[in-house]
Amino acid sequence: MTTTPPPAPIAAAPGLRDRRPSALREGWLIAGRDVLHWVREPWGLVFGLAFNIMLILMFGFLFGGAIEIPGGGDYIAFLLPGMFALTMLFGLEGTMTAMAEDAKRGITDRFRSLPISSASVALGRAIADVANSALSLGVLMLGGILIGWRPTTGPAEIMLGVVLLLWLRFALLWLGIFLGLTFRGTSATTAVQVLVWPIGFLSTVFVSAETMPGWLGAIAEWNPVSATATAARELFGNPTGATSGWLSEYAVLAASVWPLAITLVFLPVAASAYRRLRR
Amino acid sequence: MTAPPKLDSTSPALEAVGLRKRYGGTAALDGFDLRIDRGTVHGLLGPNGAGKTTAVRCLATLTELDDGRATIDGIDVRRRPGAVRERIGLVGQFNAVDDALTAKQNLVLFARLSGLSRARAMRRADELLDAFSLTDAGSRAVSGFSGGMRRRLDIAASLVLTPAILFLDEPTTGLDPRGRATVWQAVREVAAAGTTVLLTTQYLDEADQLADRISVMDRGRVVAEGSPAELKRRLGGDRVAAVLADAGRLDDAARAIADAAGSEASVDTDSRTVTVEVADGAKALAPIVRALDAERLAVDDLTLRRPTLDEVFLHLTGDVVPGAASETTAEQHADLETR
Repeated sequence: MTTTPPPAPIAAAPGLRDRRPSALREGWLIAGRDVLHWVREPWGLVFGLAFNIMLILMFGFLFGGAIEIPGGGDYIAFLLPGMFALTMLFGLEGTMTAMAEDAKRGITDRFRSLPISSASVALGRAIADVANSALSLGVLMLGGILIGWRPTTGPAEIMLGVVLLLWLRFALLWLGIFLGLTFRGTSATTAVQVLVWPIGFLSTVFVSAETMPGWLGAIAEWNPVSATATAARELFGNPTGATSGWLSEYAVLAASVWPLAITLVFLPVAASAYRRLRR
Repeated sequence: MTAPPKLDSTSPALEAVGLRKRYGGTAALDGFDLRIDRGTVHGLLGPNGAGKTTAVRCLATLTELDDGRATIDGIDVRRRPGAVRERIGLVGQFNAVDDALTAKQNLVLFARLSGLSRARAMRRADELLDAFSLTDAGSRAVSGFSGGMRRRLDIAASLVLTPAILFLDEPTTGLDPRGRATVWQAVREVAAAGTTVLLTTQYLDEADQLADRISVMDRGRVVAEGSPAELKRRLGGDRVAAVLADAGRLDDAARAIADAAGSEASVDTDSRTVTVEVADGAKALAPIVRALDAERLAVDDLTLRRPTLDEVFLHLTGDVVPGAASETTAEQHADLETR
């Protein structure tokens, strides 16, 4: 090994910033990292979507013929908004895995040693994951149109439906961040992957609550995923499968309030999990 | 533009007094003291579990201290962690770079997060890639990098703002000898550029090679501090070591050498070596050679050397260094001894 004179650049940059610290700018930069991931390794994104598309085809065409919707209507038109809501729930896994991976690999520590706001890491995750889900939602909607699903209302209602779907995704972010920071093992990710299923199925995503036994239907009605699914059906002008009960009247309100409640509970919990890293 | 950080040139780069940190029932830091002067490389040496990583994490604001006072560049670590983060670079034990990104994308990201504009971040990334011989690999994904390249990238990523102090937590752990050599070279270049470095290591030869001063750490506190030469001097005399050609005559040789040197000799059967501590090695050598010759004891090798840091460590802590003794290879010892 030769001892060359040290290249000057190691010390060349003066310790001066050009930009003031701003959580928004930093969150945006951290989210940009995810975009580079998607470009470099698009397969995770593609397979995630392929799985949802498979579910749609399976339920839409395999089981759909045997499923009655209370109040009538086409099953595909009923199913699609439900699948949109389910996709928002499945996003939870992605958030959790990404947080756990970064914490395990020391990347979170690197961020924490930088002169950035303590909110930037979570903000970056939020921006990246909501963008990811918006993209997935767009692809699923286009796919839905190919197999006969149609939103029949005006642009304002359709927009509100999309916003409410992403609002649920945003709320679940904080739960995902909390879980990812608290349980970093792969077994925890598997546990969440398994637990997401009963939560997804115990809802009105695939069938109306009114076709279930009374007590089970009540649980399904109170599931936040059902509120968002029913509100999306309503706003897209699709069959809701809800002819009676409170959800048939207050779906949009419930789809607004549920995510707010989840956020109010889990945002502080996620923040304290992040602060706990200092221990 | 924010105001340039005020440099208080009289304060040391780092000063820590009485740091304490408990995890449950164990004290990871138990009255830890450290002072690092500007522009020096300070080695923090200790076995696994001595508290080195906890010390670095506390000083780098990642972990909260229970008690004690620490300043970096004169700024209090506990009261103004944000200001401290403007002045530190941290290379943790894991490679905290993003595998899926290219080397340059990593550097640009961390540079921009540190507050550089896009254009300046790009320039800075190119400079750092060049400084750490990574220019050719700059546009490749980090996932294909060797361990040594990752570490160098990790160090580069910690230098985007030219920190007042760079923390390197066991930078060569898990690297092959070639990777280790390139990282050593990188650390030397960082030090030559005037950056203050705190380097933790469990490799005694690494501290000896790179550090101006060394703090030996055991059970959460510093048990000895000094330059490598000072630490060795504390153990007193030189060592004369004879490697016998015939393992069967080790005891005869030990007796002959002990008589000639006038002090007790120790025998290591595995390496067929008899070692004796003497006050003045140069004077003791001739009688030892004559005694061996008189007894017709053939030697493969006869060396005179200062104590190694292994011996210093054993002497100071009374413990065998877990891992370090077995992982420090014979060649590295030989390398040390010739210095």
